[in-house]
Amino acid sequence: MQDWKGQKTAFAAIAAAPMAWLIGFFIIPLGVVWLYSFGRNIGLTEIDISGTFANYARALEPLYLEIFGKSVAVAALTTLICLIIGFPIALAITFAPEKWRPWMLLAIMLPFWTNLLIRTYALITVLRTNGYVNMSLGWFWEQASGLKVLVGLAPLPTWEPLPLLYNNFAVVLGLVYVHLPFMVLPLYAALDRLDKSLIEASLDLGAGHFRTITQIVAPLAGAGIISGVIITFVPALGAYLTPDLMGGPDSQMIANVIERQFKRANDWPFGAALSFLLMYATFMLIALQALRTRKAEARR
Amino acid sequence: MDRRISLQEFRANRRSILKTMGAAAIGISFAGALAGCGEKEGLSGSGTGEEPKLNFYNWDTYIGETTLGDFKDTSGIDVNMSLFATNDELFAKLRAGNQGYDVIVPSNDFVERMVKADMLMPLDQAQIPNMKNVDPSFIDVAYDPGRKYSMPYTWLVLGIGYRKSKVKAKPDSWKVIFDSPEYKGRIALLSEAGDMFRLYGKYLGKSVNSLTADDIKKIEAMMIRQKPNVKAFHEDNGQDLLMSGEVDLVLEYNGDIAQAMSEDDDLDFVVPKEGSQLNSDNLCIPKGAKHPKNAHAFINYLLDAEVGKKITETILYPTPNAAAKALMPDSYKNNPVIFPPEDRLSKCEYAAYNEKLQPLYEEAFTRVRAA
Repeated sequence: MQDWKGQKTAFAAIAAAPMAWLIGFFIIPLGVVWLYSFGRNIGLTEIDISGTFANYARALEPLYLEIFGKSVAVAALTTLICLIIGFPIALAITFAPEKWRPWMLLAIMLPFWTNLLIRTYALITVLRTNGYVNMSLGWFWEQASGLKVLVGLAPLPTWEPLPLLYNNFAVVLGLVYVHLPFMVLPLYAALDRLDKSLIEASLDLGAGHFRTITQIVAPLAGAGIISGVIITFVPALGAYLTPDLMGGPDSQMIANVIERQFKRANDWPFGAALSFLLMYATFMLIALQALRTRKAEARR
Repeated sequence: MDRRISLQEFRANRRSILKTMGAAAIGISFAGALAGCGEKEGLSGSGTGEEPKLNFYNWDTYIGETTLGDFKDTSGIDVNMSLFATNDELFAKLRAGNQGYDVIVPSNDFVERMVKADMLMPLDQAQIPNMKNVDPSFIDVAYDPGRKYSMPYTWLVLGIGYRKSKVKAKPDSWKVIFDSPEYKGRIALLSEAGDMFRLYGKYLGKSVNSLTADDIKKIEAMMIRQKPNVKAFHEDNGQDLLMSGEVDLVLEYNGDIAQAMSEDDDLDFVVPKEGSQLNSDNLCIPKGAKHPKNAHAFINYLLDAEVGKKITETILYPTPNAAAKALMPDSYKNNPVIFPPEDRLSKCEYAAYNEKLQPLYEEAFTRVRAA
């Protein structure tokens, strides 16, 4: 195989356009926002970049740290639920007959073709007080009540719709719903490469199904699990639309606070500091993962 | 149980879906099929000496159905309308410089804010003779005395929208939604920090413009106490929550509830006895506009009586255009939701933009939501 190092001109020619794109539309704008985080508002539209750390100091006040903590907890719970639901799904796709697999993968990816906002609104119509879930449950309740009357018992009390929307439960449910494909796809990729004869060997040698999964499949799919966890956790941590639309009075996450700084509060320096703290946290996660992989490779 | 499930409550309105997208506005070109013939007219077509084009930055569903086409027919100017969802979005877009908008529609406090930030072009009233149609009480307003920078387009007032069959009595005081467990879990309030604090101030008998840091602290404690009784802080889509039966009382604008009432007659609206906060949306020309003469012509056109009537028929908001209002049917003119009784309106005030208090409102509200 040819080494790209021997073809520097060709490499540069190919890489120039994406690099220019990356620098012009990602690095530079992000750099400007980074500079803002060391500034302060003077007047309504001017920001004086004075090198102050006041914004970071304010971002580390207990009020905002608690919101950070809550966001991490919500994202972690979302990731855990996604893993618990996603793992069996990925396994099922891996062991499904060859001709079904593309269709099952398509079913996982299909929601991506619909805008997140539309999906969230769809979920709202399902969950709200007069939504489909409560309507169906209410119907069953009425039938059960009618049945009891029929056999001479007292009817059930009136059906009270479940509060499924505008609380923290709804936020987690919405986040799981949106992020599940992010978990299933890398898990599937990892499980698909798995040598299936190892599973057969484990079963032949007397390990049960559950033990085979925990002792053989999970460790071998470890890399896939970790990348699945990271690409689920990171966007869930920065979720903004779901808590905004489905959350209750106390469901704000850090991204909602950041959004308000850039819009309503018109405090871009503080908003920039908050977003960079969030970004640093994300970078640290990814760096940890990279370190782990490198160690694992060194061991080999 | 109300089994009517439909998507109608997600229908577009001035402040709904677009707002939640928080995304860039969608440009809608009305040039369309006419584009071909429009080009032939060339530079002289507009009658203003400018190229016959105009970029209009407006709220969603905030114009008459045929207004832009009619304007093109009379003046030859193609209006390209883009949409924004919040004043903050408008301000954030323009604060880095005007990207080509000729006419914008900020609310009163943002007119004040943009004048302070030197973002608006003074209007040449000689080019807007239809200013005579405007109700005189809307000319000398505190946020733009003498209308140097803005022309009024609509006005609104905040109040309580409610479901008649679900309340024991008319919710005639802010107490019902701000300071009482009576309708626990059936209340939705606005997520706009400034409006919330100012209205609590009204409830405490203060002017919306006289709050102090101590008041904010006191109100914050009241809000935290009331929070368990509140189902949601809505993004100005309270009428949707009300229509779907999610809540029975919402803090909303009268225009939004008036639209909802035309579809559901179990709803009503009241401006509480303590008084409330007025808002007004205004037509302005941002600095750096490329077609200022077209912009003046367009603003003048929108203030025309017939044109104003057609717009009002579509959007059903209270109009400050006296000539247009005179042409409207009695069902509009005498609608107590669109035009609340005078004794209540006299207790309502416009909120002035307060640079010092705004960040305090925001932080206190973040604390309320985190509590």
